Amino acid sequence: MFLLVIIIAAAVLAPLIAPHNPDEIAGPFSGAPSLKFLLGTDQIGRDVLSRLLYATRVSLLVGVMATVISTAIGVVLGLISGYFGGWVDMAIMRFTDMVMSFPYILLVLVAAAIFKPGLWNIIWILGFVDWPGIARLVRGNTLSLRETNFVKSSIVAGMPRRHILFSEILPNTIAPILVYATSVLALSMLDEAALSFLGMGVQPPDASLGNMLNGAQSLTILTTKPWLWIPPGVLIILLVIAVNFIGDALRDAMDPTATNVAHAVASVEEGI
Amino acid sequence: MWKYILKRILIAIPVLIGITIIDYVLMSLAGSPLSMIQGAHVSKAALEVKSAALGLNQPVYIQYLSWLGQIVKGNLGYSIKSHEAVTALIATHLGPTLLLMGVSLLVSILIALPAGIYSATHQYQKGDYTLVGLSFLGNSVPSFFLALLLIYIFTIKLNLLPSNGMTTLGANDGPLDIIRHMVMGVIVLAFSMAGTNIRYIRSAVLEILQQDYLRTACAKGIGRFKVINKHALRNAMIPVITVFGMEIPSLFGGAIIVEQVFSWPGLGLMTMNAIISRDYPVIMGVSLVAAVVVLLGNLLTDILYAAVDPTIQYR
Repeated sequence: MFLLVIIIAAAVLAPLIAPHNPDEIAGPFSGAPSLKFLLGTDQIGRDVLSRLLYATRVSLLVGVMATVISTAIGVVLGLISGYFGGWVDMAIMRFTDMVMSFPYILLVLVAAAIFKPGLWNIIWILGFVDWPGIARLVRGNTLSLRETNFVKSSIVAGMPRRHILFSEILPNTIAPILVYATSVLALSMLDEAALSFLGMGVQPPDASLGNMLNGAQSLTILTTKPWLWIPPGVLIILLVIAVNFIGDALRDAMDPTATNVAHAVASVEEGI
Repeated sequence: MWKYILKRILIAIPVLIGITIIDYVLMSLAGSPLSMIQGAHVSKAALEVKSAALGLNQPVYIQYLSWLGQIVKGNLGYSIKSHEAVTALIATHLGPTLLLMGVSLLVSILIALPAGIYSATHQYQKGDYTLVGLSFLGNSVPSFFLALLLIYIFTIKLNLLPSNGMTTLGANDGPLDIIRHMVMGVIVLAFSMAGTNIRYIRSAVLEILQQDYLRTACAKGIGRFKVINKHALRNAMIPVITVFGMEIPSLFGGAIIVEQVFSWPGLGLMTMNAIISRDYPVIMGVSLVAAVVVLLGNLLTDILYAAVDPTIQYR
């Protein structure tokens, strides 16, 4: 948690604390770490530390935005599916199955190849493939909430559907959504890194943690210039671990009996 | 039982068709694959002839229907780039991928099952914390970074394992050579999968351990080993199988990245090349095969349920 705060702060404050302009050629080509360039310089002489700070910014932005988009889609589809039932439910759930049973990276790669790789396209693509889990979770909860007395009484009282869905059902299912969203956040940061690593994500000269690792596919960099690829890799791991820990802490806080993972899986699986 | 399997297969068909429609629509948005061969030396007229030959001048839905018609006949079309039949391309690349996936799945089960059970039976002890910590790590390490680290350590520093391909060129050492090429890929895939699985198995076993019938079994005095392995494990298996089933798509996806890093000659490597050169028939073929593999995996999971839990009835 503490770690995450530091990383986020460093990323947000990047323009203030970065010693050099991340896109500017500031020093010697592939210079080893030194006092002037704490983590050395890359193949064309850009400061690695500054690029790392900006890259973290990009990765966090992609992760958060993709999570927001996918959570929004998942929540809306899940609510509709769970509340209305019938053929609407059937159609939405089959669609969810389709997206789910598709090898995720393949879908993302195909989409990335098609829509010109770039920062915002990556965000939209990740946002549009990450929602099925949330949709199922929300649908499961909506199904059971619909049978509760307070929702039934609202239906009988003729409350508008929008009110019932967003002001009564949604707040009662927000906790599991939050927990699930943290895992989506971790996943989408990993995916962004993988995509950029394969050259299908954020494009140079913009730095992202993944495309900073891209260079390590060449053997000379891998063997002789570890400062180019170890820091971004370690940073990804730290970020994702921090996010996962927060998710786990949230989960424990919600349900102290610690039996919830199975429950979460069960409710996600209900849609099958 | 057979009736149930048949029913599941029939349900899978519309899902498959849906997937191909999504793919096709996505690809039609992408523009013509001919843009890749455009250049100063290619005349416009020649391009038009080519696009007519490939049927690209027709509306999208007609292209789709004719593609679908060919599928029914077992013809996935021809690669735009190399003009090989897509079925042949896939057939030569599917084997290595399935080998890599299968071995990784097996290894991850072999790691995760004992580790998860140990972790649950030693809850809140040192061993448990270590394992849970490790599983967090497995969950959080990007596969390509782990792959790079392994190459750095085993290939460059220790010079123990080869870092690319499936066999050594020229040498024909049989299975041992393939195993040596496969080790690092399997480690990468199994590590991240085991990370997730340990936690699921742990929590599944923990939940079972709290049940009354387990206390009864303990009270009978049949011994701790029997209690865990006979009574607890079998009941804990159901959520675990679910998780394994859900992991097949991500395993397939993970294989793409791993194959890329280790130049493993499987579907993933082929797909990346196809994507880069916009070889649509190949991409469509791979998507279809991938979807079939995943749906088969789901079906298998459902059948496994019955093997584990005799109370499940198939309708």
